[in-house]
Amino acid sequence: MSFNNLDTLYRQVIMDHYKNPRNKGAVEDGSVTIDMNNPTCGDRIHLTLDVQDGVVNQAKFTGEGCSISMASASMMTQAVKGKDIETALKMSGIFSDMMQGKDYDDSIDLGDIEALQGVSKFPARIKCATLAWKAMEKGINEKPE
Amino acid sequence: MNVQEIRKLFPILDQEVNGHPLVYLDSAATSQKPLSVIQALGDYYNGYNSNVHRGVHTLGTRATDGYEGAREKVRKFINASSTQEVIFTRGTTTSINTVAASYGRANVGEGDEIVITHMEHHSNIIPWQQLAKETGATLKYVPLQEDGTLSLEDVRSTVTPQTKIVSIMMVSNVLGTMNPIKEITRIAHENGAVMVVDGAQAAPHMKVDVQSLDCDFFAFSGHKMAGPTGIGVLFGKKNLLEKMEPIEFGGEMIDFVGLQESTWKELPWKFEGGTPIIAGAIGLGAAIDFLEDIGLDEIEKHEHHLAAYALDRMSSINGLTIYGPEDPQQRAGLVTFNLDDVHPHDLATVLDAEGIAIRAGHHCAQPLMKWLNVSSTARASFYLYNTEEDIDRLVAGLVKTKEYFSDVF
Repeated sequence: MSFNNLDTLYRQVIMDHYKNPRNKGAVEDGSVTIDMNNPTCGDRIHLTLDVQDGVVNQAKFTGEGCSISMASASMMTQAVKGKDIETALKMSGIFSDMMQGKDYDDSIDLGDIEALQGVSKFPARIKCATLAWKAMEKGINEKPE
Repeated sequence: MNVQEIRKLFPILDQEVNGHPLVYLDSAATSQKPLSVIQALGDYYNGYNSNVHRGVHTLGTRATDGYEGAREKVRKFINASSTQEVIFTRGTTTSINTVAASYGRANVGEGDEIVITHMEHHSNIIPWQQLAKETGATLKYVPLQEDGTLSLEDVRSTVTPQTKIVSIMMVSNVLGTMNPIKEITRIAHENGAVMVVDGAQAAPHMKVDVQSLDCDFFAFSGHKMAGPTGIGVLFGKKNLLEKMEPIEFGGEMIDFVGLQESTWKELPWKFEGGTPIIAGAIGLGAAIDFLEDIGLDEIEKHEHHLAAYALDRMSSINGLTIYGPEDPQQRAGLVTFNLDDVHPHDLATVLDAEGIAIRAGHHCAQPLMKWLNVSSTARASFYLYNTEEDIDRLVAGLVKTKEYFSDVF
């Protein structure tokens, strides 16, 4: 593997999300709060979601971790904001397929997230990328009705 | 000590990773195994695999001789006074848990204290946390000096007559600090406490003499010292082990079994319930032969040299923070560091692309990470097969990493 292959991992858009994270912070009066960490490496995310009437109105995060985990969190919040729960969960499934290198449903526009495709070639880093998505799924699934 | 000759005994080192010759700098996580150890495992399984301590057939006798022969090798290796003091376990974690569950439950009560330090590995924290919770004892921490060493003054002021157990690592897996175990043991004993030593990062790299240290328990793992995974050792002083109850019950550890009551075998077997780790013990014996053939003093000298060389070379890299004692004579063969704002995972990924294997993360020492005020760090650790060229490759890799991330940012 050369540094050229690394470029498929550290795409410009990923580093941009890492340096300038979108939706950083906490949703005030957010209806869903999730803390999740990756115990093997210490990456952690604090995610707040405002979910009303089956729609994710707001999604914000704070946390610490590597470029991949933080960029993925930034992209995830951007992607699910304004989406209904069903779509948000569907995107999470698509993202999981993408990380495993499987063919994935391209009927939903993933925007910046496509840049994370290269992560699937670095098995040790897949967990970094999926942390934020797992947190989002957990938050939506455990949301008290 | 001829490192090039030694490297030939480790076929795994002779390979390319991601298009570059492998540089393995993660021996503190697990060391590589020489041919003689791999051969010993093969010889056992191909030639005399059998259960031990039972049956009268020839293979069974050979397996028992191999297993008990390994115990004698371990005894000599750490200079225990008797093989009755050498218990085979699954590794350091199991060894420490055995002390906590057996000696701890019987001797620690409400109002008592257990003393550890801020630099401990999780395996020397959580067994004591659990014991403290169960018994109502207090878990106390000896603070660290600015440079990541322990001061005996702090040990003296933390250990009190209420302290029942002091448990400290001999060598830090993160800071590389070599702790003054002999002096700490004396302080523990003056206060009536027993001394438990986590020797996981010490036994592979330096001569250990449990009688000279005078510690009561000493735990270490085979896989970090050129041996197989799944085997470790708990040394305990005979007078203590004799009074301790086993924590696992079943076959192999019993003397007489009645319908309601049973009695235990004598030491060390009462602590080895179930079919033991026969191949692992034989492999560990072969690893001890290998290390002693080269000489632990030689190995220690080589690693000190590599640590000094690495500290010198790495300190020339701008933006590199090194944790732990600055004096190479005060540290074992590992260097833990961070590079600028590059997260250790990103750093490790770039180095891996260059064929260089290092560890990134919290190194199973979250309280220490908190003390260092970082969420994670990168670590390069050395063993007898590492060379100055390995460190040169690491330094070149770090410089490249710095350039790479300064470009993308």
